[in-house]
Amino acid sequence: MTKKRPTRRYDRREFLGLGAGLSATALLAACGGGGATNNPSVQNQSGGTFGTGDTYDGPKVELDFWNGFTGGDGPFMQKLIGDFQAENDNIAVKMNTVEWETYYQKVPAAVQVGKGPDIGIMHIDQLPTNAARNVIVPLDDLATALDLTKDDFSPEVWDAGIYNDARYGVPLDVHPLAFFYNKTTMEKGGLDPNKPPQTKDELTSALEQLKSQDIQGMWISPFLFTGGFMWMTVTWQNGGDLYNSDATSAAFNSEQGVSALEWLVSLSEDGYSPRNVAQDAENIAFMDGRNAFVWNGVWNINPYDDAENLDWGVARIPRIGQQDATWGGSHNFVIMNKPEQDTNKLEASKVFISWVSQHSADWAKAGQVPARQSVQESQAFKQLGPQSIVASQLPDVHFQPPVPGIGDAVPILEAAVGDAVLLKSSPEDALAKAEQQVNQLLEENAEKYGS
Amino acid sequence: MAVSSQRAAAGTPGTAAKQRSAASHHGGRFTPYLFLAPYLVVFGIFVLAPAGYGLWISLHSWDYLLPGKPFVGLENYTELFSSVSRYGPDFWESMRATGTFTVTSVPLLVTIPLGVAVVLNQQFPGRALFRAVYFGPYVLGVAVIGVLWRFLLDPNVGVMNFYLGKLGLPDDIPWTTALPWGWVSLVGPTVWWTLGFNTVIYLAGLQDISREYYDAAKTDGANAWQSFRHVTLPGLRPVIVFVLTITVLGSGIMFGQSLLITQGAPSFETRSAIWFIADTGLRQFQMGDAAAMSYILSLFLIVIAIVIFKFLGRRVD
Repeated sequence: MTKKRPTRRYDRREFLGLGAGLSATALLAACGGGGATNNPSVQNQSGGTFGTGDTYDGPKVELDFWNGFTGGDGPFMQKLIGDFQAENDNIAVKMNTVEWETYYQKVPAAVQVGKGPDIGIMHIDQLPTNAARNVIVPLDDLATALDLTKDDFSPEVWDAGIYNDARYGVPLDVHPLAFFYNKTTMEKGGLDPNKPPQTKDELTSALEQLKSQDIQGMWISPFLFTGGFMWMTVTWQNGGDLYNSDATSAAFNSEQGVSALEWLVSLSEDGYSPRNVAQDAENIAFMDGRNAFVWNGVWNINPYDDAENLDWGVARIPRIGQQDATWGGSHNFVIMNKPEQDTNKLEASKVFISWVSQHSADWAKAGQVPARQSVQESQAFKQLGPQSIVASQLPDVHFQPPVPGIGDAVPILEAAVGDAVLLKSSPEDALAKAEQQVNQLLEENAEKYGS
Repeated sequence: MAVSSQRAAAGTPGTAAKQRSAASHHGGRFTPYLFLAPYLVVFGIFVLAPAGYGLWISLHSWDYLLPGKPFVGLENYTELFSSVSRYGPDFWESMRATGTFTVTSVPLLVTIPLGVAVVLNQQFPGRALFRAVYFGPYVLGVAVIGVLWRFLLDPNVGVMNFYLGKLGLPDDIPWTTALPWGWVSLVGPTVWWTLGFNTVIYLAGLQDISREYYDAAKTDGANAWQSFRHVTLPGLRPVIVFVLTITVLGSGIMFGQSLLITQGAPSFETRSAIWFIADTGLRQFQMGDAAAMSYILSLFLIVIAIVIFKFLGRRVD
């Protein structure tokens, strides 16, 4: 979810290759029966009891650590691991990187047959699903041992890691959407490149100005990346929400949701965006100077930095509605379910997670905002200009609600936004259809994962 | 034959005949099955058993990680036929996508390789090179051709539109983002990619047609078209039926191209049935629903294969 699209393409390619192997694994897992999660004795097992120290004195252990940091973020994590191992020579951390889309299929299958890793990273909206499916174990002890408290995190990211009154994730970072602007293109269009539009009126007049110079200034993608995120963001800005408070029914087919989608469609109709924008095209066009503005994830900071001839800036997401709001995701540390947990490994895992959490200012260099407020306030982080601009949005970040199976609703929302942006159906019709499907999904999920 | 004649030569003719008939009566009944056994075991374990297991799964609400897998009877099937169910409309849209792809790609994949094979069957300098050139793309994986064509055909930043523009043609064709262009972008690369395989099968078939028929046709005064029509086509009949069948089945399970080239765009209209099934079963973990969809797709493919064999498979000897 957090990778920028170019990398996701390869996810899918890998997914193809994996298909056969995975279905075999899944089948074996299903036949096996005796795996970790069907064993009642481990079903509600917690991550174990932790000591309070930040050091590990037991025998030498090797920890398997799986994640989906396949982009520019991978080397940053690898470097953190290197630094960690230099300080802790009795803990070896073996990192295994799989594309995110594959990851969320592979990890449950591996855990089921008892071959799962020790530690993993999961997105915040995946935590409840994987908790309900017994892929990951509660971490309340760990949080206590690490002295992690709500005070050090924004409440949204903190609360979203809780499922059935137990904590399942230790937040590493938050990655909101941000407003990126191409200074060269703005200048070419007769705009002040140091004054990115921050309100609806400013944005409209900037786009009008660019249009007068034959520049389509803000390409609207019919895909989740980035059109879907834009719609969610504006819906929240309008004071609406995607779901009702306990996420048992859809709430997006509202005046706020419809007007957000109408606004997106109008950008295309008013000629500020080409029709039929292909996946990633808005981003590629931004990087080669044909597109002036993109609402994209903070993880694009490094790719933009690396792009030649790209003079860019980043700002808060402009306020289109009545309040500030933006889509966001978050990476969380998780500990995997095992038929038998090894106390030494658990202890070592705790030390590792604690260490990385404290050093998350280094992780921020990968294009992320650290989840811990103490790290956000550190000098090391404040030196990262773009990241700290994005960090100012944290109070406005909205996550997906913490209920199992919520991720399955996202493709339905994506299709609705796509239908409207491609003018295949009106915003009202697209959202009404999606509402029906999402309600059915939520009902099925409640039945399936029901406590 | 060689063995039996040796045997016959070894003993008196009478005993040899007796031995032979005894042998075929004794061990003979099970011999074919013994020879088939290794394959049957593999087929049973990897095809029949999973298929049976899949049928069982399709009658349940099945997530392999959840302890409860309630039996739901035929609900997974009946829901697919309801217009308000969660998967029904999207599943049939994906079936329609697969159908459209099959109907447009199969005629091209049956006829173009036939023409190519007939040409490559002639004697001309560089024939081997051309055979390799036509077969070349087939050795690439779907991931390679998918990503390749996605970049070439990208409507906003792709090479195709760039050069069309240079030639003074429209440079804003939405190859991968709107219909019917999406179909062109799926069928075209697929034909380019798999044409070589069918060509090779046709070539083998062409070399199997005896020269004498052509000579006889020539003697009777047949022109090139007539000898193609009355010698080549009937001679290739079983090969054509074979090619048609595997091509239909191959198109029916198309996945990679729509995942990679059009990425389902516009808004999942080119998402193929297999993609939708894999997504439902392996990403949303609704394995019961996915298994039911697989059975419906299989049923379609089985019926089509039977129809092909029934109407085209009969040999007129």
